[in-house]
Amino acid sequence: MVPPVRPRKLAKVPFVELADGRLQGVVSSGSDIGRVYVSSIAAGTHAYNCSTNNNRPCGGLYGAPCKHLQALAAEAVLQYGLDRVARYLRVEVPEGADLIGCLDGSHEPAPAAMVFSRFLRHLAYLEVPDTTMPIPELHWFPAPGTVG
Amino acid sequence: MLAVQLTALLGGDPQGAPEALALVHGFDEALVHGLGRLAEERAEALDALAGAFAATPIGERLAEAAAKVASGSIAEEHLTALAGGRAALLGAVHDALLAGLDAALERERAPWQAAPAPEADGAGNLTAGARSWLRELAIAGWRGVDHDLVSAADQTIEGLLAVPEQRRLAVLLDGLAAELRACCPVGTMDRLPVRRWADLWTRALLLAQGGAAGAPQSAGTVSGRLLILGVDVHEHGTAAQFQVHGVLEPADGGRARLVRTAVTVAKVDTITGPATWKLPSRHRMLLAALADRRSLDLTDMPLLDSGDLVWHDDRAVVGGPADPFTAARLTLTGALAPATPPLDRHPVGIAEPVLVEGYRVTGEGSFDLGGAVLAVDTGRLPACGPLTPKLVAASAACVGLVRWDGGRWLLQPLAVQATVKKETVEAGTGDWALGPTDPKAVKAEARAGDAVAVLRERAGRLLRR
Repeated sequence: MVPPVRPRKLAKVPFVELADGRLQGVVSSGSDIGRVYVSSIAAGTHAYNCSTNNNRPCGGLYGAPCKHLQALAAEAVLQYGLDRVARYLRVEVPEGADLIGCLDGSHEPAPAAMVFSRFLRHLAYLEVPDTTMPIPELHWFPAPGTVG
Repeated sequence: MLAVQLTALLGGDPQGAPEALALVHGFDEALVHGLGRLAEERAEALDALAGAFAATPIGERLAEAAAKVASGSIAEEHLTALAGGRAALLGAVHDALLAGLDAALERERAPWQAAPAPEADGAGNLTAGARSWLRELAIAGWRGVDHDLVSAADQTIEGLLAVPEQRRLAVLLDGLAAELRACCPVGTMDRLPVRRWADLWTRALLLAQGGAAGAPQSAGTVSGRLLILGVDVHEHGTAAQFQVHGVLEPADGGRARLVRTAVTVAKVDTITGPATWKLPSRHRMLLAALADRRSLDLTDMPLLDSGDLVWHDDRAVVGGPADPFTAARLTLTGALAPATPPLDRHPVGIAEPVLVEGYRVTGEGSFDLGGAVLAVDTGRLPACGPLTPKLVAASAACVGLVRWDGGRWLLQPLAVQATVKKETVEAGTGDWALGPTDPKAVKAEARAGDAVAVLRERAGRLLRR
């Protein structure tokens, strides 16, 4: 029921999701290993934002999406496929064109804290211990085959 | 599985199953539009469901529940009663199907012995939260589900995941919520998975009753040799279960029995395919036996009355080479199959290991066994292993699980012997348990990088600041 995502390198953009009416995610800083940027693009209006997780605006936003937003869009296309991302954002992407170049929104502040806490919740799954008690309910969820 | 066995299996649908499924369908349609605004014909469907139980001990409760819900008074106890009725109908279908399969395979099954249910485990607030969310879903109906309603379950699920005894409920609710979220707003969808969502809702509501009535109980410990037949892999965005099917030869010389053992890991959606095998890495003996096709020698391994070994890797040692085809040929006939606990009786849970050989693969990829045709479920070939529809189509022998889905019997391959470029090859779903062995898959994995390591590093750095 949920289309499976494709494997991709997670080092630069560990978290991408289509949720809350936005393409949003977390981009690791290239210079500071402890810093991350929260980037988002709204569906429909294509308003974009990028800031650190403490809400400091990203220095790279000069009237156009910064490199973090570009990385976010590129990784989202890898993870979900161009069609699904374009449909979610409600944007027409002509054949051969770049998703981010087809967006016509402007910079608008958006709350970073919520996206960041969703990322932390996402990471918290890795700390849930495994179990060897049977879970018969998972028979309703066969593992997906290879994604083309 | 012989041609004559397959012919017997395909020969007859169990009596009464279509009628039972029609009652289930009526209830499921009511959940589509919500119990909050129940049209007359859907109220009648609830009555019909209750009516099927009129002569049983739960008849009165169900009749009352149907009447109350139709009048707009939708209390948790009424929903629980209706969910119980729906589960009982599907349980009966399960029992009839499995009896037919056992008869066709000449497989003997242990009788179910009811054990006293253990005490409730003190996750009362969380299970109450789950029941309340499921009630809201039922009132709104699938068509009325929006982001806010889905998100209302987040905290409950997070809490349940932290309680080991509630893992079944947590994993189920998480999977259901993710599906609903991906489909939001559901009102605009063309077609809904009506039966599926009602199945998940029903099971969740029953699991959320607290206590563990109807769940598997301990059946002591066992020692002996475990011959692996294959591994069935289940996965949704945040969980994966590796369920191993095998035959246990008890050390005391007792009768061989069919068993399963499973490891379920928590994960995120970006960890998928061969990378998922990195998550159960602490179970080294089990993974090594899968990857190297070896048997396992068990000492005092806990067994549940459902036929599930509760895996303790320190109570197992990797034994000698044991390929699944030889194991199936020598031990499947005569092995005692386990009973299914009442709560788990649903056709989706039927997954009986068989060996099929001497077939011809048809144009549609089905196996033609002397005129009787068994459809192959190529949708259940996990990306974390080397089995592909092409390999299955080139196969001459197959160890797989017989399932029942969409009203027909299917074979889910776990391992095949096939001829590729004039050479005989063997491939199974567990071959990559210690990492991919196929050069193409190794390359793909290198390209994708180590998702598990990256996310663990991020978690270590960011989670506890």
